[in-house]
Amino acid sequence: MDRNNNIYIFIYSSVLVILVAIILTIANISLKPAQEKNIRIEKMSNVLAAIGIKSDATDAEKLFAKYITEEIVINSKGEVLGKFVAGKQVEGSGRAFDINIKVELKNQADSKSGKFPLFIGEKDGSKVYIVPVYGKGLWAAIWGNIAFKDDLNTVYGANFSHESETPGLGAEISQPKTEGKIVFSDQFVGKTIFDATGNFVSVSTVKGGVVNQTKIAAEHGVDAISGGTLTSNGVTNMLYDCLINYVEYIKKNK
Amino acid sequence: MSKTKERELLFSPKNIRLLTSPLGKENPITMQVLGICSALAVTVQIKPAVVMGISVIVVTAVGNLIISAMRNSIPNRIRIIVQLVVIATLVILVDQVLRAFSYEVSKQLSVFVGLIITNCILMGRFEAFAMANKPWPSFLDGIGNGLGYGIILVVVAVVRELFGSGSLMGYKIIPESFYNFGYSNNGLMIMPPLTLIIVASIIWFQRSRDKDLIEK
Repeated sequence: MDRNNNIYIFIYSSVLVILVAIILTIANISLKPAQEKNIRIEKMSNVLAAIGIKSDATDAEKLFAKYITEEIVINSKGEVLGKFVAGKQVEGSGRAFDINIKVELKNQADSKSGKFPLFIGEKDGSKVYIVPVYGKGLWAAIWGNIAFKDDLNTVYGANFSHESETPGLGAEISQPKTEGKIVFSDQFVGKTIFDATGNFVSVSTVKGGVVNQTKIAAEHGVDAISGGTLTSNGVTNMLYDCLINYVEYIKKNK
Repeated sequence: MSKTKERELLFSPKNIRLLTSPLGKENPITMQVLGICSALAVTVQIKPAVVMGISVIVVTAVGNLIISAMRNSIPNRIRIIVQLVVIATLVILVDQVLRAFSYEVSKQLSVFVGLIITNCILMGRFEAFAMANKPWPSFLDGIGNGLGYGIILVVVAVVRELFGSGSLMGYKIIPESFYNFGYSNNGLMIMPPLTLIIVASIIWFQRSRDKDLIEK
């Protein structure tokens, strides 16, 4: 048969793409559960990492269930929209774990209708509150989790991740915790997000050393990363933009 | 029995050469200078480099095999499109499998698994070899070229991880006492441009050992 005949080419390419489509669909459907599980597990270990608990693919689910006692959904007016305790919806609707912060931040900016997740856990006998945050770095998205002590003011721990910040510079925000070394996220521990008069100030990254600042009190600032100014600014903005939605809730529940 | 004697042996010297020559004299990266882009990107650590190497081996080998099996039916006018469809399918499959079973690594490799599609080694081998040869030699050729690519990737990754992060495969190699004496990790090692220097050094070394490779 003439292989350069138009009809042959049409039939050949149609059969080829249909075959390929079938193969890819089968692969996608059969691998989807495993892929989604990986994403959930990663999210869980990130939340746990903010309160200093190390977990991996095998134990993240178990540890998450053990340490995170309550998941609540709030709006920026401080109202609780949903409460999820020990695998059951006990109040309202919505589970903090399933919320996509990126979408909700946009909803908040457009129509003030954002719903925000808050994880409440227990570590060493006292309550910890974990707020997931999401924002823009220099090149792409950055995100993380920041945990507060039971006064809902003092930072208990934090961790950050990024999509594609500059290796060695901005990417240092996600440096894993190492013993005997203070990494970027360790600096947040003990900082406060409200000033003495109770106004929300968030935690900012500052240039030139926190101790040398006059504008910002030492308890509201951390050292920015040298050479990673734009990523550091991204962290500052991310924390401010996300945490401000929790201010009303915190004021009500203090 | 007589029939098998007439046929070429599976691992005849010629076929073995298909497998080994891309490791040295016809190495896709150092000799043909193909696939440099991903070599820059995924060689900061050894683990992603190994996974990337394996992924490329799978795609070149299986792709070569498929293209070679189809070579007599592919309409000449759309052969590049057919090749691309085969590559894209295989790459998507590899990406999906990595996401399901090796999530951490797939995150590190991120877009570069997808970019295997644009890896010139694949199109080069399909056009130059698989379209003109039988499936078995094509398969070997695919494995050989994938390996040649993977080996360079791993060599570069060893250098970069050792001097850039002081570790190999994530294990600390350079002892803490060195750091106390003022040694510090070389930040340039984790930046992509350094790969060019390392690859260039490998090419230099290879050419100085093998006079055949030097152009007149």
